[in-house]
Amino acid sequence: MILYTLKRFALTIPVAIGVSVVCFLLVHIAPGDPLTAVLPTDASAELQAQMRSLYGFDKPLPVQYGLWIWRVLHGDLGQSIATGRPVVSEVFNAVINSIIVAAAATSIGFLAGGILGIVAGYYQNTWIDRLASIISSLGVSVPHYWLGIVLVIIFSVQLGWLPATGGGPGGSGNRSLDWAYLQFLVLPAITMSVIPMGIIARSVRALVGEILTQDFVQALAAKGLTDRKVFQHVLKNAAPTAFAVMGLQLGYLLGGSILIETVFSWPGTGFLLNAAIFQRDLPLLQGTILVLAMFFVILNLLVDLLQSLIDPRVQRS
Amino acid sequence: MTHFEPISPLSVLDPRDRGGPVQPLLTIQGLKKYFHSAGNSWFGAQSVVRAVDDISFVIHKGETLGVVGESGCGKSTTARLLMHLIKPDQGEIIFDGEKVGIDIPLTEFRRQVQMVFQDSYASLNPRLTIEDTISFGPRIHGMYESKARLISHDLLARVGLDPSRFAGRYPHELSGGQRQRINIARALAFNPRLLILDEAVSALDKSVEAQVLNLLQDLKEDFGLTYLFISHDLNVVRYMVDRVMVMYLGSIAEIGDGETVFSTPVHPYTKALLASMPSMDPDQPTREAPLSGDPPNPINPPSGCRFHPRCIMAEAACSQKRPALETTRHKKSMAACLLQNRDTPIPFPPIKVSGQ
Amino acid sequence: MTPNQALETQPVIARSPGYWHGVIKRFSRNHVAMGALIVILGLILMAVFAAYIAPADPIKGSMLRRLKPIGTPGFPLGADELGRDMLSRLIYGARLSLLMGLSPVPIAFVIGSLLGITAGYVGGLTNSLIMRTIDVFYAFPSVLLAVALSGALGAGLTNALISITLVFIPPITRVAESVTTQVRGLDYIDAARASGASSYTIIRVHILGNVLGPIFVYATGLVSVSMILASGLSFLGLGVRPPDPEWGLMLNTLRTAIYTQPLVAALPGAMIFLTSIAFNIVADGLRGAMDVKS
Repeated sequence: MILYTLKRFALTIPVAIGVSVVCFLLVHIAPGDPLTAVLPTDASAELQAQMRSLYGFDKPLPVQYGLWIWRVLHGDLGQSIATGRPVVSEVFNAVINSIIVAAAATSIGFLAGGILGIVAGYYQNTWIDRLASIISSLGVSVPHYWLGIVLVIIFSVQLGWLPATGGGPGGSGNRSLDWAYLQFLVLPAITMSVIPMGIIARSVRALVGEILTQDFVQALAAKGLTDRKVFQHVLKNAAPTAFAVMGLQLGYLLGGSILIETVFSWPGTGFLLNAAIFQRDLPLLQGTILVLAMFFVILNLLVDLLQSLIDPRVQRS
Repeated sequence: MTHFEPISPLSVLDPRDRGGPVQPLLTIQGLKKYFHSAGNSWFGAQSVVRAVDDISFVIHKGETLGVVGESGCGKSTTARLLMHLIKPDQGEIIFDGEKVGIDIPLTEFRRQVQMVFQDSYASLNPRLTIEDTISFGPRIHGMYESKARLISHDLLARVGLDPSRFAGRYPHELSGGQRQRINIARALAFNPRLLILDEAVSALDKSVEAQVLNLLQDLKEDFGLTYLFISHDLNVVRYMVDRVMVMYLGSIAEIGDGETVFSTPVHPYTKALLASMPSMDPDQPTREAPLSGDPPNPINPPSGCRFHPRCIMAEAACSQKRPALETTRHKKSMAACLLQNRDTPIPFPPIKVSGQ
Repeated sequence: MTPNQALETQPVIARSPGYWHGVIKRFSRNHVAMGALIVILGLILMAVFAAYIAPADPIKGSMLRRLKPIGTPGFPLGADELGRDMLSRLIYGARLSLLMGLSPVPIAFVIGSLLGITAGYVGGLTNSLIMRTIDVFYAFPSVLLAVALSGALGAGLTNALISITLVFIPPITRVAESVTTQVRGLDYIDAARASGASSYTIIRVHILGNVLGPIFVYATGLVSVSMILASGLSFLGLGVRPPDPEWGLMLNTLRTAIYTQPLVAALPGAMIFLTSIAFNIVADGLRGAMDVKS
């Protein structure tokens, strides 16, 4: 296990370095002088010179990367052009908001998708199964940003049950565990849950179907165990894979939430990215993407390690 | 190395025969192939699999040489090395007196040596029709499509498949026996002199297997072929071959005249292997498995004689010195066993061979 | 070889229908998939002949007829926030939406297949080099990568297309590599090598025919994702620029209208949904039809 953990870590390092290189290059693939990409257009000549030497834009690319990654490792992601504040603090707050909504969405998606998948897998090739597979394939192919708008139209505009947009009462962004705050979370979380729901439902259906046809389950049934007992065995065997799928989906949602956060004006990383794009705030764009991508890489690693802890067979593949 | 008299003289005078009947068709000298398992390049220590470890033998013109041994003994690797599908680490392959790759170019060698694989389905491209599969070889060597097609139809008829019914079919529409006949036809498309049959009938049903074996016997006559017949099925080998080679963990344990090796084996491994065959005599049933345990891992082969950990005869010297192939007492075979010239005969069949 | 009966009399060869023939036959029996295919063809025809079908100009509007509801005389699907005819804009919108959604996948298919097949066939160091690079891009969630690239490159149709294409290259390469590695290990490749065929011939005759199918099926499954992603970029203002009609962009500009004309505001998204699900169903049908076991 320790050896596997070490191996898995060692495999993650080159990927992490590669990801950082891609993020670093984002500023350089932007059209024009990279200096204009990291400075406001009205920056003074003095500031320009200062930034040029700080970023090392006059040096070759590998050196620039070295300087940049050194600052990043010390927690310096540069300054936002639009607000002038350090990117790190902007991103930190946004990441927490994003995690809240992504975690809520994953939980809903896992629950709904899990139930859907179990039912479909248990009653394979019946009308319930077909219905479940239609629901899950709708969930995968719906443009979720549109679904968000539709939900707003129904539940906010028409019924008036929930707030349409925003990250909390009065736009304060203060998080609390009461309805005044949580009601803002409902629609974005449900909208976002549709994607993992479809995917989890599909994997669980396949898993349950596969486990049910395995010899040991058939043997249990033959031994006269009740359906409930057999079902418990099925759940126990399907859980590790289902959790792994869920973990990865959480990562995808964190990275892919930009559209939904825009629809709901949810003050997360997606919203931050949107702002960065509109104001061509490249340091903010770069910092946010680096943090999100690294989060995803680490999440991948954790999911793998957890899975191998639960199911030792994973280590061998 | 002693050469034995070729058992059956060539039935036709072949213009390609340069060395004459005494010149072996194929001479293998010191063939070696170690596989370096990739493992994990950062942590795990590299391990070396000694798949084929320094073997030398000859195949005479017109004979059928059988190769037997447990799985993992290097039979298939040897076949693939001969075809140059994998590159040998060491060793010479001499075809009819000419060194392959030096005196005779590889492409020419490959026209004269062809191979039939075990898995009849995996060895046929599922997207090509039967006639396309058979005519592929001649076509890439520049033959016109119409002529290659005619040849493929002729070959189909020769392997017992009606060309009008089978030429336009796809592999998945055929049975295993039919597919293996196609594979044989494809191998014959070059009119080769040596055919390597790597477990070619092992995956077939017994009744189909017999039909294909008879077909192979007939084709051997018709085409003047020489066979290298690899199989783990000793009954089939006994039926097919003129000479037989017993392999154990990448090296040759015993080689010689088929009937002699089967009736009076010398090497303890050969004896154990033969004793493990289900007995056909109801008065003397096989009581105990004379070979127990799996063959040792070729990654870490035992020192000295490869077989000594499983050998009932093994003495201290066996774990020290690796035996060379030596002519046996009855002169009709060669065996690699230090004890073969002792006065105490090696018991046959061995009573029990301890496992690992 | 002695002349044989077969050489003299040309027999009538019984030909089995080819693989693709069977695929088409199986696909055409799937009524749902055929329906989805007809929807797609209809959308493409609509895009091509937009100029003849659309009742009004998609760009010219009038402040006097802003945000008309569905069923207004002269505006069967209402009017948008600048008084433009929704029906015409949806019809014209098919052009850019389909262009943006459809074109990245074939390009990524070509590049990804090339990389993946090379990596799979050559193996060794080449494989490691290609696949480890691909792993890095694979480490980004797809939406994030698309947004990052087009955000850095700047808004615009071309940049959006480049970004989406780059997003799809890694997964296609992965599939291509694994399928090729699998096929390369099969005995018929060895048999072809034993008959003296060159690498080029082996790839052309034996590899491509057996790997392009599975890669193609996988790629068709991406079209639906591509539609959503492309319209999503336009929705964020990273793709098509106003006033050009594109469903994702229309969905964005109409967001302000959800309180006054919610149905009109939801229409462009419904078009994206319809297209995406149609492609999804066709891809599923194709996967089923290409599975020889069924």
